[in-house]
Amino acid sequence: MDLSISPEHEAFRRQVRAWIAEALPADLKAKAEVDAHFEMPESLRWQKILHQRGWAAPNWPTEWGGPGLDPTSRFILTEELELAGTPPLSPFGLSMVGPLLMQFGTAAQKQRFLPKIISAEEVWCQGYSEPNAGSDLASLRTAATRDAAGNFVINGQKTWTTYAQYADWIFCLVRTDARGKKQEGISFLLIDMKTPGIEVKPMLTIGGTPAFCETFFTNVVVPADNLVGPEGGGWTLAKALLGHERTLIASVGASGRAVRRVKRIAEETRASGRRLIDDPLVRSRIAALEIRLRGLQMANYRALAGAQHGKAPGPESSILKLRGSEVTQQCFELAMELMGEDALTWFNEPGVVPPIEEWVPSSFCYTRATTIYGGSNEIQKNVIAKYILGLPGK
Amino acid sequence: MRFDLSQDQKMLVDTAASFAKKSSPVARARRLRADPRGFEPAVWKQMAELGWLGLCFPEEVGGFAGRFIDLALVIEQLGATLVPEPILPAVVLGGTALAAGGNPEQRGRWLAPLAAGDLLVALAVWERGGRFDPTWCETRAEKSAKGWRLTGEKAWVPGGHAADLFLVAARTGGAPGEAAGVSLFAVDRAALTVEPVTTIDGRRAAMIRLASVDVAADRRIGGEGQGAELIARALETGCAGAAAEATGIAQAVLDMTLDYLKTREQFGALIGTFQALQHRSVEMFVETELLRGHSIEACLRIDEGEPEERSRAVAAAMVQVASGGRFVARQGIQLHGGIGCTDEHDVGLYFKRMQALSQMLGDEQHHLARFADLTQPARVAS
Repeated sequence: MDLSISPEHEAFRRQVRAWIAEALPADLKAKAEVDAHFEMPESLRWQKILHQRGWAAPNWPTEWGGPGLDPTSRFILTEELELAGTPPLSPFGLSMVGPLLMQFGTAAQKQRFLPKIISAEEVWCQGYSEPNAGSDLASLRTAATRDAAGNFVINGQKTWTTYAQYADWIFCLVRTDARGKKQEGISFLLIDMKTPGIEVKPMLTIGGTPAFCETFFTNVVVPADNLVGPEGGGWTLAKALLGHERTLIASVGASGRAVRRVKRIAEETRASGRRLIDDPLVRSRIAALEIRLRGLQMANYRALAGAQHGKAPGPESSILKLRGSEVTQQCFELAMELMGEDALTWFNEPGVVPPIEEWVPSSFCYTRATTIYGGSNEIQKNVIAKYILGLPGK
Repeated sequence: MRFDLSQDQKMLVDTAASFAKKSSPVARARRLRADPRGFEPAVWKQMAELGWLGLCFPEEVGGFAGRFIDLALVIEQLGATLVPEPILPAVVLGGTALAAGGNPEQRGRWLAPLAAGDLLVALAVWERGGRFDPTWCETRAEKSAKGWRLTGEKAWVPGGHAADLFLVAARTGGAPGEAAGVSLFAVDRAALTVEPVTTIDGRRAAMIRLASVDVAADRRIGGEGQGAELIARALETGCAGAAAEATGIAQAVLDMTLDYLKTREQFGALIGTFQALQHRSVEMFVETELLRGHSIEACLRIDEGEPEERSRAVAAAMVQVASGGRFVARQGIQLHGGIGCTDEHDVGLYFKRMQALSQMLGDEQHHLARFADLTQPARVAS
């Protein structure tokens, strides 16, 4: 065991940091400074800048435009981007369907889709959940039948299709067979959002920002070539992808940034003439939060080191989503507490509260979703109890 | 001890519950989020006619001289559907200060129209940097030929966006942080600058500015330099009212969550059959009942017993709002899953109101510290 980071990796970290400072456009930097909510077009703009540098997809192989970095460097790159508060890149193409296509796609599918994912020319969204298939995803009902020409014809509804209003493509789990075991009749399809019969209805989140959508499919015709993996084999692909989403949600870098913001608020807020950061109680509450974050960081490092040596994810990776989602919420809960009366603010004109506080109430509300999406924490606990602790099922 | 409702209280609760259900379902609160006033004067007038606004005011101003618990029972019922009319800011905060500190002339002049639904009063005591401590008052009142001249700023005045009359705390002596020297003045809206702000719960407050505002001598409420006690009294009554509203909210969240667990199916079963979710619901129920108990105690002690015991009960109730009340609201979202994280679902509206109630009249840390000061030996000054 060894905690040290090589001088080469330290140098890489400095290089990344310097590049971000230079490459991040001034208007995005200003928003990053106060952790404002980034709109999708801003994320796409930033992805294009990253892509020019070869850093849009740290985990992709060089064959598909990735930087060919070792796992530690990839982690450093990701962490530095998060710590700098740069616009988060939409994960649906880069982290989800992209890697999935590399593993399961045909040569033609890879050639057609991967270059435009990494270059941000095409935006993706995810069609998994349905109104009656949330935690129990396998009960999904969106139907795909075949027409005379062999095309799939899709009818049904997907929900929580985040950023569907911006998406060019959606990857969907659909039911190609309603007989037999529910997991076995599911297929994985790529659908062009411009196909007639698709309707997108954006919804506001509890944080007052547009992110979620409902997406309706009425006789949507999809070429048979857009099937990924075997027909009826979609559940295996879905599981591979969900496992990946769960580690993403640990958001260690983003939480590190949130803890930094909590400290800044404590430094800049005065209570009866004293800085909050000078209050021993406030200090110990921030310390307790930061210690929870460090615990999470170590779990993340252990999972990463395992991955670096080609090992399957160990038990520590299963706790990342569980604890990571809670730490994210706790960062914003504490920020709200420290803001005092200012925590009452909601989308007011600039100047009502200090800029660093403006987005906290919205994020505080929105991050209630972190313990729900990507498999609710209750489901995560069921999985851990069964598969890691080996507890008997019913 | 007895905790059953009197015949009159039962009627009051029934009337308020039916009003909330029929005249102001949650959809109304949702719609009024987009309204700059955030409530409707006609409904406010209706509440006056029902006798709710003057429930605790003396009879000579048209009130019913009731106990605070009676008004709290109404507030709890209205909380269950998030009725947005400003009873808490105008009647409980503003009205209590006027009733407790106003002389007969002042009560007749302002309390009577408040009870009749014709005048909105706001309590403007907090300042930036004071963090829930109303004695952190930098606004100054200098003696002038006409009476007083006020200069300063007040932050997050609840209901201040629509108020006609502001009860402004200003220092006539002493230094920020000292209770002595704070005085309370009744200032007309026209005399000050009002900047309306939106709050997390979809309601409104105001930042106000006083630039050398002349205030007549007969507009000081209570004795010179004696305002802090009046303000404390108004804030404690406000906290008791907030605890009652939080109780109504917690009950509503619990009810809608139980309904969901009994109707939502996943994995071929009602999700209410899952033991993890059953236990969570039981915890929500326990916290709701504890909150109800704290709220009843605080509201009863507003009118009964010795002041320190009242202060202890109020601080304890507010800590339970912040801990138990927010637990119920957060778990309400969690058990609803994705739909609970949308603006379309009502549970989020309750969650945000609970959050506002837990921070607008002093947060958890503030009330913990108050409770500690009232129950533990005094700290040695450092």
